[in-house]
Amino acid sequence: MQQTRTVELGTGLFVLLGIGSLFFLTTQTTGQHDFAADETFEVQARFENVGSLKTRAPVSMSGVTIGRVTEIEFDGETLEAVVTFVIDRRYDKIPDDSDATVLTAGLLGSQYIGLQAGGSETYLEDGSEVLFTQSAVVLENLIGKYLFDRDSGDGG
Amino acid sequence: MIALLRDVFTTLVLFLRTFGAMNIFFLQLLLYTPATMVRRFRLVVAQVHNAGALSIVIIIVSGLFVGGVLGLQAYSNLERFNAEDTVGIFVAFALVKEIGPVISALLFAGRAGTALASEIGLMKATDQLAAMEMMAVNPVRRVVVPRFLGGVISMPILTAIFTTVGLLGGHLVAVELLGVDVGAFWQQMQQTLELSDVNEGIIKSLVFGLVASLVAVWEGYNAIPTAEGVGRATTRTVVVTAIAVLFFDFMITAAVL
Amino acid sequence: MGPSGAGKTTLLQLITRQLVPDRGHIIIDGTDIGTLNQKELYALRRRFGMLFQHGALLTDLNVFENVAFPLREHTRLSNRLIRHVVLTKLHAVGLRGAADMMPRELSGGMARRVALARAMVMDPDILIYDEPFVGLDPISMGVIVRLVRRMNESLGITSIVVSHDVKEINEVADCSYLISNGKVAASGSPEELRKQSSKLVRQFMHGMADGPVAFHYPAPDYEEQLLGRDGK
Repeated sequence: MQQTRTVELGTGLFVLLGIGSLFFLTTQTTGQHDFAADETFEVQARFENVGSLKTRAPVSMSGVTIGRVTEIEFDGETLEAVVTFVIDRRYDKIPDDSDATVLTAGLLGSQYIGLQAGGSETYLEDGSEVLFTQSAVVLENLIGKYLFDRDSGDGG
Repeated sequence: MIALLRDVFTTLVLFLRTFGAMNIFFLQLLLYTPATMVRRFRLVVAQVHNAGALSIVIIIVSGLFVGGVLGLQAYSNLERFNAEDTVGIFVAFALVKEIGPVISALLFAGRAGTALASEIGLMKATDQLAAMEMMAVNPVRRVVVPRFLGGVISMPILTAIFTTVGLLGGHLVAVELLGVDVGAFWQQMQQTLELSDVNEGIIKSLVFGLVASLVAVWEGYNAIPTAEGVGRATTRTVVVTAIAVLFFDFMITAAVL
Repeated sequence: MGPSGAGKTTLLQLITRQLVPDRGHIIIDGTDIGTLNQKELYALRRRFGMLFQHGALLTDLNVFENVAFPLREHTRLSNRLIRHVVLTKLHAVGLRGAADMMPRELSGGMARRVALARAMVMDPDILIYDEPFVGLDPISMGVIVRLVRRMNESLGITSIVVSHDVKEINEVADCSYLISNGKVAASGSPEELRKQSSKLVRQFMHGMADGPVAFHYPAPDYEEQLLGRDGK
């Protein structure tokens, strides 16, 4: 009987430890401040080029994460990228003429959306669209432009 | 030349036959599983203890070191690009998706798989399985299925523990020893890793658990019932499990990407 | 009875259908056991008790649980009743005091007595012993011989004993069959066998080194092999 008890106790602890680890993995390693659906509002923005932006990328304003990208689609009509993101409901005073930029964290880091406040008296709300957007800076284009500028500079 | 072809052919046929027999055995085990879970639940618990709880020390120690070494490697390489803040991403990706499930499965094969194979093989060699058969007790139901299930249940748990401990090991080396910012370490990880990455690891551990347990009980149950045969069965358990696990790892990764 | 490699154990495995015969039929109580499905076979096997060569106790259970094993698997008896039956059987083999020991703590003779208790616990109609006398010291051997005889007389069951120990068999057997090369070479009571004049029977009964079962394993000619003239 003593032996059965040890076995059961050991197995119980083992399984608990496993469940604890699994909980840790699902909550601590993946995006932790998940914006729950009922505490956010949805906004869209159209970009000429989103670079390597991914879903779940953060949306930040003044360096603080206030939302998350939920969907990236391509509009076949206008040939633009349509990015849908959610913003925490607490931030309901964001001017609707703010502009959205695809930025890169550090030189080689992952990309995110940065919002720059505008001056409008009306605010972003569920379903509105950010009209002013700047595309991602693509490193190859930048380098190409630099080279081109230098060449033309030499010529002139 | 013809002799060589014939050898290749017979080897191929033999391989196919073994493979087929193994699959039939697998289906048989699955068939017996529901009844075993209900009627012999205590035996299954005892085997979770044997395969899982007793493997926990090796899993924790290995996890700590593997996570630590990943942190060290990632740091020394990423430092050159001033990107040491992303060490957490590297460690987490490697552990959650690949190294956690694979190394856990290999350690499982070495610790629990060999124990299973040699135990069943010895029971066969000492006529215990035949004795059960003569007492009108199906040894597959009584001996093999509970051990198989014990392994299948233990594997994902062991993998979760290994991965978690590995992350802590990475944290220990990168943050405490090398001075990576603690916020950067975890936040970068959280922003990059997705639930689907964790799920990939879980799926792998489930598949590896099935594979490793099946190979172990199969090798034990089909061991030649002598001391030498049991020894060979344990060796084969490790070899076959390692190959099968790496094969399935590749297949699953390819399927997910 | 029969010399090693004569097919004794194979015959036992055929009788209990651990092996399926390539040809021929095995009939027990009027049923051909080759035709049984697994359920019917298991039903038949419950009427058998079998004592394996080295006992074949389940190593992860103690003595008590080993003897209780068939009861727990096949019956829904209460724990008290199981305890009663198991202790009775253990008492019969003189090992009631060893109930809590693990199989690895038992001597060879004790393990075999426990196995005997286990074989009897379902009150079988037929008891099969596979080499029950092998590898025992004289005292244990005497105990087992006594037990085998007593089981047979007091319980009135059929016993099949496979062995090559002539003296012990003569003590317990009513009728013996001498098997050699997969064939029955002689049969009868121990006295009848002893009187048989066939060379094989005499070699076996008296343990002579050379005879129909040759001392030398078949080999090429000695002289030629030594002088390297066989072409190797």
